[in-house]
Amino acid sequence: MWRSCFRLGAGSGSFPRRACLLPASRLGPGDQAGPAPGLALLRRAYAPPAERKKFYQNVSITQGEGGYEINLDHRKLKTPNAKLFTVPSEALAVAVATEWDSQRDTVKFYTMHLTTLCNTSLDNPTQRNKDQLIQASMKFLDTDTICYRVEEPETLVELQKNEWDPVIDWAEKRYDVKIGSSTNIMGPDIPAKTKETFISLLASYNMWALQGIEFVVTQLKSMVLSLGLIDRHLTVEKAVLLSRLEEEYQVQKWGNVEWAHDYELQELRARTAAGTLFVHLCSESSTVQHKLLQE
Amino acid sequence: MVALGPPARTLRALLRELRYLSAATERPYRDTAAYRYLVEAFRAHRVTSEKLCRAQHELHFQAATYLCLLRSTRNHVALHQEFHGKGERSVQEAAGVVGLKLPQQPGGKGWES
Repeated sequence: MWRSCFRLGAGSGSFPRRACLLPASRLGPGDQAGPAPGLALLRRAYAPPAERKKFYQNVSITQGEGGYEINLDHRKLKTPNAKLFTVPSEALAVAVATEWDSQRDTVKFYTMHLTTLCNTSLDNPTQRNKDQLIQASMKFLDTDTICYRVEEPETLVELQKNEWDPVIDWAEKRYDVKIGSSTNIMGPDIPAKTKETFISLLASYNMWALQGIEFVVTQLKSMVLSLGLIDRHLTVEKAVLLSRLEEEYQVQKWGNVEWAHDYELQELRARTAAGTLFVHLCSESSTVQHKLLQE
Repeated sequence: MVALGPPARTLRALLRELRYLSAATERPYRDTAAYRYLVEAFRAHRVTSEKLCRAQHELHFQAATYLCLLRSTRNHVALHQEFHGKGERSVQEAAGVVGLKLPQQPGGKGWES
């Protein structure tokens, strides 16, 4: 009841109407613990998450039971779900530690893509299993960027043909499948056998690598380009360029806007590179083989 | 198989990025774990010795990917600071970003005073 009194006292017309229309009986016990409703409603919903003040000085890596752990000033790094942050490979631990170590006065979480990917893999916040992860990536094959072609203007048609066809040819030869391309709005007709091949290919990766693969696929909006990256056929720069081919064409024609085109390009490159590196670091098994033992 | 150029160039570019990063902590970049790891990895896989059979290209591809990550993140942060990091712009600044100026009205706009 104190809540409604507070609202009536402080309200006097300036409060949002929604708060006043909410009947008191619908307020659950959990609502009592939250901040005053007026403050929560007045905050802008689209404001970006605040950067945190840098609360540590030294970053170090220790080897624990489950893998490599990150320490910030003798405190162990935890995931958002308060799990212990452990990663399977040393190289990944070094890269994550470098991300934390290179923050200046504030911790900018939006630049720490590898940390984010590790957190997602450790927490699995949407509780997806392996099949769902594979399906989430496979969804992009039906509407693969490089299989969708335009019919006009002619220069763009030619550009798409020259740039995208070699990648599709490579993928068809490499995986022995049929992909094809289409100018139809319904997209290309991908045979069921192709999908089966890709599903069994993805199933050979572990959960961590699959999280990374899904991340790359959703960035590039293309399964074929992502496979090219994971198979080390394309560099990140090239894959991002191919993914944004039409935008690059428009930039060449109409001019480059630094705060839109360049900004997106750099962000996409950073995210794609992080995802690719994550897949490679998480999927490599024992990398040292003794030659004598093989004989 | 994609051509990546000489590995030494990739290493030099990576070390340059590490120098940029170490400006945050103001410690020499040679003290960081990343420096030690990278230099050791590049040294160990300089040639495929009898003992190590890992494809050199694989490691070089990873290094190039990491270089791309560091470089694009740095550029992205710089662009973010320049264009998005200062909160909302004034009307004059917003017009300036797209190369316009606000109109000048000699007699004032009428609602001042």
